[in-house]
Amino acid sequence: MNGIHDVGGMHGMGPIVREDNEPVFHHDWERRVFALMISTFAGGQYSVDEVRHAIERMDPAHYLASSYYEHWLHAMETLLVEKGLLSQTELEAKRSQLAQEHS
Amino acid sequence: MSTPHQRHTAPPSEPERRVKALETLLIEKGLVDAQTLDLLIDTYENKIGPQNGAKVVARAWVDPEYKQRLLRDASAAIAELSFSGLQGEDMVVVENTPKVHNLVVCTLCSCYPWPTLGLPPVWYKSAPYRARAVIDPRGVLQEFGLELDNDVEIRVWDSNAELRYMVLPERPLGTEGMSEAQLAALVSRDAMIGVVKVQAP
Repeated sequence: MNGIHDVGGMHGMGPIVREDNEPVFHHDWERRVFALMISTFAGGQYSVDEVRHAIERMDPAHYLASSYYEHWLHAMETLLVEKGLLSQTELEAKRSQLAQEHS
Repeated sequence: MSTPHQRHTAPPSEPERRVKALETLLIEKGLVDAQTLDLLIDTYENKIGPQNGAKVVARAWVDPEYKQRLLRDASAAIAELSFSGLQGEDMVVVENTPKVHNLVVCTLCSCYPWPTLGLPPVWYKSAPYRARAVIDPRGVLQEFGLELDNDVEIRVWDSNAELRYMVLPERPLGTEGMSEAQLAALVSRDAMIGVVKVQAP
């Protein structure tokens, strides 16, 4: 698939930004995304290729503007809904419920 | 610390909220187990990292027969040191010499040998590195502070879902008397990706 992920050889992406003593994760939610992905993958919910394809199908502008673990989050939400393990309605209801509990 | 990749990131509250909802639903449905999640995080945050790959490199430096096995069948040779597993099932190790310098990238995404190097740094997964490593490797190396002579051949290895690469750096001069453990301590993550050399102590 020749999409936005296929960046090899592109010009204009700017300098490589490095961080000294970079932590493995930058936010706690990244830890959770990582563990959820490995756990659902190990549980046989989807293959590596399906995960990659779900990321490659992202809107190109969103792909470039979002962080790595947001790609993973997007892929999990996409695949779990497509496979009928969760529904978009359930996800949105749970987000609202959690927001109310914390407000 | 504010860096450009973080400026591109959405405010943490949004993904945070989505992740919490997703995790709660998956636990409620019995699709994931909370204790397993914590164990996975601890493993990849604290136990698996480039110190594993450094041990492979140091072994290859002190044991010529191990080095031959590593370059011939990296997966099997790395398994001898028990650094196998997820995202490191099929490994190729490429050797740096005075005339050949190897550089590893994953242009399509983020493929990286987890059991030997841990999870990749953000720059490795970023569009600028992925874009330029294959079209201007010499420029990329200069950005990392590595100036190679013009007669040094640069080989760029594009990792993929099936095959992961790791660089066997050159052993620095002046390390003849050092033990395997002392040598391993010299080997950095970046040297095993191929963006820098291992420095003499």
